[in-house]
Amino acid sequence: MDYVPIVSIFCAAFAVAFGALGPALAEGRAVAAAMDAIARQPEAANTISRTLFVGLAMIETTAIYCLVIALLLLFANPLLA
Amino acid sequence: MNSPLSSTVLFTIGPVPITQAVVTTWAIMAVLVLGAALLSRRLTLVPGKRQAALELIVATLDTQITETTSAKPAPYRGFIGTLFLFILVANWSSLIPGVEPPTAQLETDAALAILVFLSVIWFGVRSGGVIGYLKSFAAPNPVMIPLNMLESLTRVFSMFVRLFGNVMSGVFVIGIVASLAGLLVPIPLMALDLLTGLVQAYIFAVLAMVFITSAVQDGKPAPVATAPPPPKKKEK
Repeated sequence: MDYVPIVSIFCAAFAVAFGALGPALAEGRAVAAAMDAIARQPEAANTISRTLFVGLAMIETTAIYCLVIALLLLFANPLLA
Repeated sequence: MNSPLSSTVLFTIGPVPITQAVVTTWAIMAVLVLGAALLSRRLTLVPGKRQAALELIVATLDTQITETTSAKPAPYRGFIGTLFLFILVANWSSLIPGVEPPTAQLETDAALAILVFLSVIWFGVRSGGVIGYLKSFAAPNPVMIPLNMLESLTRVFSMFVRLFGNVMSGVFVIGIVASLAGLLVPIPLMALDLLTGLVQAYIFAVLAMVFITSAVQDGKPAPVATAPPPPKKKEK
């Protein structure tokens, strides 16, 4: 029984599932903090939202890394070659 | 289903295989260059409709560069503006049926990230000299040298993986939904893809700008603090 493909598929699913948890919580906190800041100081909304976008992109990178790992496992698996 | 990590070879010129992404990139380059040349052919002091639209784009780019880094936009406008416009057009080219955006391929994004990496070195060396640029690696103290060198590589790596992951996942999801559900169902996802493409192009340009200005400011000798002249007292 060749178990490497099965384990790879499970690992890919787990990588995306658990890799999305942390960034989701972090992005929620970041957006909440930005909303708070904009509500207190509406005149600084431009600066805050620009910084927020860049920060969200940074946070999102961790989730994207997990996605790339999952894709590597599914499509370019070194163990199956 | 095709792997998103592989690319389709259309034809070969000599020993060099030409992939689909390269052909699309050439088409986008031709559109951008021809469009820019045609739009800026007859510039007048009092702008017409065409020139006003063009000036709006350039002014918006300038404002973003100034607000992000509080530097003068002129030396960076060409590079950052081209990066932004190219990535934007490349991301949105997925709206044309049958065209896969070149930024959904790993090679295009890696090439763009290498451009950013080289331009950071170029602008850093130009502002502070080779010595000044190399000194910026030992910025807080020399213990940080390996970490700083590693950082200059990893941040570029994360830039291109981010662009690739976002654009590719958009294309991938649309492909899956279209094959499962039918022709018109993925339209809301494509609308979301428009937003993602714009945000990713913006983020790529902003991050390139941030990296470049940090290299420029690190290389410079520390500014001498000059006290402003004391305000004159009003005589009553």
